[in-house]
Amino acid sequence: MFLREIPILLHHGRQYVPDLRHVELPDTFRGRPVISPDITPEENTMIASLCPVAAIGVQPCSIDLGKCVFCKECGFILPGKIKFTSDYRMATNDRKKLVILPGEEGPLRLDPGKIRDEIHRIFRRSLKLRQVSAGGDNSAEMELNAAGNVNFDMGRFGIEFVASPRHADGIVITGPVTSNMAEALQICYEAIPDPKLVILAGSDAIGGGMFSDSPAINRSFLKQVAIDLFIPGNPPHPLTFINGVLDLIGHEQ
Amino acid sequence: MEERKYIELTGNPVIMELSDIPVLEYQEFRQLIDDLLKNERAHCLTYFVYPQRDRRQFICCMGMDVKHTILVFSHEQAAMNGLLLESITQRHFCFHVFEREIHENYGIGFIGHPWLKPVRFPFDRADQSITMNAYPFYSIDGEELHEVGVGPIHAGVIEPGYFRFICHGENVLHLEIQLGYQHRGIERNFIAKSTLLQRAILAESIAGDTTIGHSMAFGGLMETLGDQPVSPQMSLERAIALELERIAAHIGDTAAICGDIAYQFGQVVNEALRTIVINTTQRWCGNRFGKGLIRPGGAHYPLTPEIKLLILKNLAEVEGRFTQITGRMFTMPSVLGRFEAIGTVTAQQAKTIGAVGMAARSCGLMRDIRWSHPFGAFRDIQVDPVALPSGDVWSRTMLRKLEVDRSIAMIREFLERHDCMGATETPTNNMPLRQNSFALSLTEGWRGEICHAAITGDRGELVHYKVKDPSFHNWMALALAVRNQEISDFPLCNKSYNLSYCGNDL
Repeated sequence: MFLREIPILLHHGRQYVPDLRHVELPDTFRGRPVISPDITPEENTMIASLCPVAAIGVQPCSIDLGKCVFCKECGFILPGKIKFTSDYRMATNDRKKLVILPGEEGPLRLDPGKIRDEIHRIFRRSLKLRQVSAGGDNSAEMELNAAGNVNFDMGRFGIEFVASPRHADGIVITGPVTSNMAEALQICYEAIPDPKLVILAGSDAIGGGMFSDSPAINRSFLKQVAIDLFIPGNPPHPLTFINGVLDLIGHEQ
Repeated sequence: MEERKYIELTGNPVIMELSDIPVLEYQEFRQLIDDLLKNERAHCLTYFVYPQRDRRQFICCMGMDVKHTILVFSHEQAAMNGLLLESITQRHFCFHVFEREIHENYGIGFIGHPWLKPVRFPFDRADQSITMNAYPFYSIDGEELHEVGVGPIHAGVIEPGYFRFICHGENVLHLEIQLGYQHRGIERNFIAKSTLLQRAILAESIAGDTTIGHSMAFGGLMETLGDQPVSPQMSLERAIALELERIAAHIGDTAAICGDIAYQFGQVVNEALRTIVINTTQRWCGNRFGKGLIRPGGAHYPLTPEIKLLILKNLAEVEGRFTQITGRMFTMPSVLGRFEAIGTVTAQQAKTIGAVGMAARSCGLMRDIRWSHPFGAFRDIQVDPVALPSGDVWSRTMLRKLEVDRSIAMIREFLERHDCMGATETPTNNMPLRQNSFALSLTEGWRGEICHAAITGDRGELVHYKVKDPSFHNWMALALAVRNQEISDFPLCNKSYNLSYCGNDL
């Protein structure tokens, strides 16, 4: 009866990525940037003026991954000084850590001291999340869906997206938070029972991205709540998301 | 000599002096639209207002699908409050959404418009007293009827939008869709952001799932206004990226459609195939959606021989497995029972509402910019768009399967013509634009016709930018598809279109 399925299954093979912690992404992937310590002030000023989202700071030179849209324009202009590595593990719970300084080559990790006590205890083996897109361009949303698909399968860790905020342990926000969506986002957040997590996924959500100064945006909600996790990317890669969440809930490395 | 009523332009993108756009009396303008739309193969590409200090110019672009030309004409009105115009929608319903948009943005009334409702609640709308919470939904009184409201946040991980159904038992009598939750002020940002790079990134984020489609339309528009056409090799690379995007979207949607009919086997197999396609794009340009690949003037990521081989290898893999799974899927009675005669839209309905792209072709209405107004590398190859007549979920799903096949064949043809020497031009950040000009650029994204229009001022600065995503027209097709269907078929109908919220909301 299932004769016709057999060849399809054989070609389909085993699709899941066994070790989500250590995947080699292609070297073209634009992940965590590294700034050379010998970048000159002139070079710094030049790339800062070209950055489309003012993510590059001057003296000291810095790249703020909470604003960066990963266009790599600075890396194309100064290939010897700015390098975007293929390291996809960029999520952190400390907003300040997202600001990369010259010579910083180490991996970006969470600050264990800033993780609330109950998070490991309650969510380590099961985390249900409600996603709200508030002006996201649908690429971040698709990557979050992909995090649960047959390849990345975050369900293996007990992490999944649920339909109702009442069933959720936290909220994952994408998009710069449009004025038209601000109220719905607030209502959804309030409907989630305590204790709850707030996760920002993507440059748009963390810093507003291209829309940080748009008059159609209202980010006041984000000022009222404590953010548990920042996941950079444009959009964030499913691996960036899964690894960030695993680190947050205290899953082994 | 009689003054011309319109300027007929050939090519795509097109450019002309702003002052050369004929300005007609409104009566004459309406008459011209009547005359032009007698041609079955003409359709309105865009109709928008270019506001100036004391007057407003209403610019209309009509696409002549068989002649492959674009007609440009306009009318002008004083910039005053409470202006009333006789609506064009009364005679040509396909104008309904253009007139709604103009009404919402500028407060212009259209006499006889049956449905002058908000489109997206933009931050700078003319009437600030209309709020998201007070959308004027259509309602029917009746003891046996009930209403169902869904949204703006939906069950899945998708964008927000509000759906209001009027139902008789399980049957949907009427669906009304309220959008605008995703409004980020894209068009205003195109003017506010001054560098080419900023604008290119904005174009990429109009709809992230159509990154290539929108950034190609933007790139072509800027290169036309800047008189810096790209090489044929570069055009080939862009066309390949566009078709890869189409393949990934169609296979991803096939997976989601399978998910909605609880055919999990089809869902996982197709999901895995989509991953192969978007990872190919990622290997090429570092981003699974192609962000960063298309820049005005050139590209940072050349199509190397290595990438070419990877594309060919992965497409062969995807083609074989996709043929296998769809071959199985379309012969299963339990699948066909959920596809056939569900969510049917007729060709006449599609034409009436001005449907474009996939939504039109799945009802037998042949609208495909790659064929009617070919751009870039599509000028040099034979494009045979697929159209299927039945207009139901089966038709929209089968169309995806057939378009994937065509796109794979097209990519192979493009790759044959590409020399892969890796010496294509690099992007520019300096592109002075032609002054006082109007330009229009069309591409066929995977959902359908994408239209970008720009107007420049005295110093070549951008003074007006207009974006039209295919979903702007096609949301109405979804509303019609669910009429007289069971409400439980809504998710399937919705997924079979997979329209863009942010593309509509801008």
